[in-house]
Amino acid sequence: MNYKTTVEVILRSTILDVQGKAVENAIHSLGEKEISNVRVGKKITFNVAAENNSNAEIIVKSICDKLLANPIMEDFTFKIEQITNGLEN
Amino acid sequence: MDSKINFAVIVFPASNCDFDAFRVPAELLKQNAKYVWHKDTVLGDVDVVILPGGFSYGDYLRTGAIARFSPIMNEVINFANGGGLVIGFCNGFQILTECGLLPGVLMKNKSLKFICDYVNLKVVTNNSPFTSNCNKGEVLKIPIAHGDGNYFADENTLQSLIENDQILFQYSDENGNITDQANPNGSLLNIAGVVNKKRNILGMMPHPERAVRKILGSDDGLKIFNSIVESFVYQ
Repeated sequence: MNYKTTVEVILRSTILDVQGKAVENAIHSLGEKEISNVRVGKKITFNVAAENNSNAEIIVKSICDKLLANPIMEDFTFKIEQITNGLEN
Repeated sequence: MDSKINFAVIVFPASNCDFDAFRVPAELLKQNAKYVWHKDTVLGDVDVVILPGGFSYGDYLRTGAIARFSPIMNEVINFANGGGLVIGFCNGFQILTECGLLPGVLMKNKSLKFICDYVNLKVVTNNSPFTSNCNKGEVLKIPIAHGDGNYFADENTLQSLIENDQILFQYSDENGNITDQANPNGSLLNIAGVVNKKRNILGMMPHPERAVRKILGSDDGLKIFNSIVESFVYQ
């Protein structure tokens, strides 16, 4: 089976996100003062070939732990969807 | 018998301080030095490994995150675990934290700015092969040039760094006072450089290899290189 995977990596909530803060200030300068707590992260997508959903999850979690996120400063979440014909991308 | 010390400078794609890191031991200290390409799998006869500054792999994903998977890094990790001296300057420090050889992580500078400037560094301890030639509390003038030098570690790690005397350098004022004003990047405890518990692996954001001639502003970096050389002489 092929699974389309989407990983999101974001700075841990306890860490000040200076990039998010800068974006927040820019949003405020647009006049949208009601916006707060802006945080900037990364979205990474890829396909996984695996026997089943739980095997795909094991592979993806391992990649996130070892490479895509640094657990000292980042948290990650991911979503796995089975690819059926016509959904390759 | 050749009594010279053998330095190896690892070259990653987009390393840009490798020439300086090579020339200090080779030309100023009259030791042996060689470049080792990141795709090589053998370090050879080496006493000290330097991971130079730069932007390895374009800083993709996170600084140092991809470089740590370069083939030579398995050798560097084995060498370090066997007690060999390993030094990471700037991007090299980022790579060492990414491979887990040093605790903590280097985040984006608090100001979000890339900072290229001289800083004052307080030598917190001279109990290491990298600072033995310095006096405890001495202030060194050494440049920084980074966008991601904001040292972060959790509370327990920081406590352990203090208890084990692992903080080698802190950003300070010119009198050695540790102040917020002297902190260029937001690093916790003004940390600029740390060693591992076994004290054979150093990571530091400042560039001592760029402070080796008075005519260029400072030669305080030589104290660190001389410490390393002397650590072999007096072994």
